[in-house]
Amino acid sequence: MKTGTGMRSALGRARGLGAAGGAAHHWIGQRVTAVALVPLGLWFVFGAVIGNLGADDVAIRAWMASPLNATLMILFVVSAFQHGALGLQVVLEDYVHGAAAKNVAVMANKMFAAAGALFCVVCVLTLALGG
Amino acid sequence: MVEFALPPNSRIKPGKTWPTPAGAKNVKTFRIYRWDPDKGGNPTLDAFPIDLDDCGPMVLDALIKIKNEVDPTLTFRRSCREGICGSCAMNIDSDNTLACLKPIAEVKGSVDIYPLPHMPVVKDLVPDLTHIYAQYELIEPWLKTDTPAPTSGERLQSPEERARLDGLWECVLCFCCSTSCPSYWWNGDRYLGPAILLQAARWVFDSRDEATGERLDQLDDPFRLYRCHTIMNCTATCPKGLNPGQAIADLKLALFERAG
Repeated sequence: MKTGTGMRSALGRARGLGAAGGAAHHWIGQRVTAVALVPLGLWFVFGAVIGNLGADDVAIRAWMASPLNATLMILFVVSAFQHGALGLQVVLEDYVHGAAAKNVAVMANKMFAAAGALFCVVCVLTLALGG
Repeated sequence: MVEFALPPNSRIKPGKTWPTPAGAKNVKTFRIYRWDPDKGGNPTLDAFPIDLDDCGPMVLDALIKIKNEVDPTLTFRRSCREGICGSCAMNIDSDNTLACLKPIAEVKGSVDIYPLPHMPVVKDLVPDLTHIYAQYELIEPWLKTDTPAPTSGERLQSPEERARLDGLWECVLCFCCSTSCPSYWWNGDRYLGPAILLQAARWVFDSRDEATGERLDQLDDPFRLYRCHTIMNCTATCPKGLNPGQAIADLKLALFERAG
């Protein structure tokens, strides 16, 4: 634990910058995406991967062109990136001390997740709508 | 980054071994962490062989015997010697507990005693509790109301409302739980830790309190509350048999209920 330096009072140090707020939504989002990923993950493994083993390019495009499959795939990748980003942020906050390094790491994590999710969605739409 | 090893000036070196009491047949060795700010240097582990046939049954009895009869400079906190004051919290045989409630007979081999983990040490077994007391003050552990007290002088609770505080009011603030929590070790500057969060729950769930929302506002923070990763060392170590992990989960559910 940081014991703190300078002449600020113990109560002043304990209060710090105050409560950030909004943390409950992070916690709830982590759990909602976790629950969503149970059926979506099962569908991805058994329906999307195992169900399409050996399929050729034409068959995959046809499979993805189904609105149900495309919707489930987009839900899966968005939930997975969102869940991963929320979880990794907690790990970074735990282990990366020092405000600058932590803030850069947390922002990079969010940008990577947003870019990754967007890329996957575009890929799904390209396959589904025929690019 | 997180520190996984003790800093060089905190590493423990071998210390003094005191002589075995003459004629003793039932000897147990107490190995005790020693550090004196006036001497400086690194902490040491001193060995005190004690005749258990001439000693009370609890670890605190042995500590008092050592202080009275062997080394009066041995420094530790103690008061009630019956698990009510919470003063004699320390790490005994690798667990945080109250020395007065820990039977010597439960420890196999030597009895190794350290101060509560990951706290600054004042001297020997006395940790500096300044910061954790400030965190206790942060949650404002007193009844807050806008409604004036009834003229009868008593704010009433139903038996059920009163029962909601069972498992919370019994906490003696020994801080065994907070100092057993890796999340508190690594982020204790901002994370409030299980002891303080259990106290926060004691006021959030008190039916007489009218500041519930403000109290939850104070906890809605990624560090103050949500550094709890349900490791559950707190509940495993509590010498009073309380469940801080449950209290923290209840606070998270209260915030969920409010947000949802």
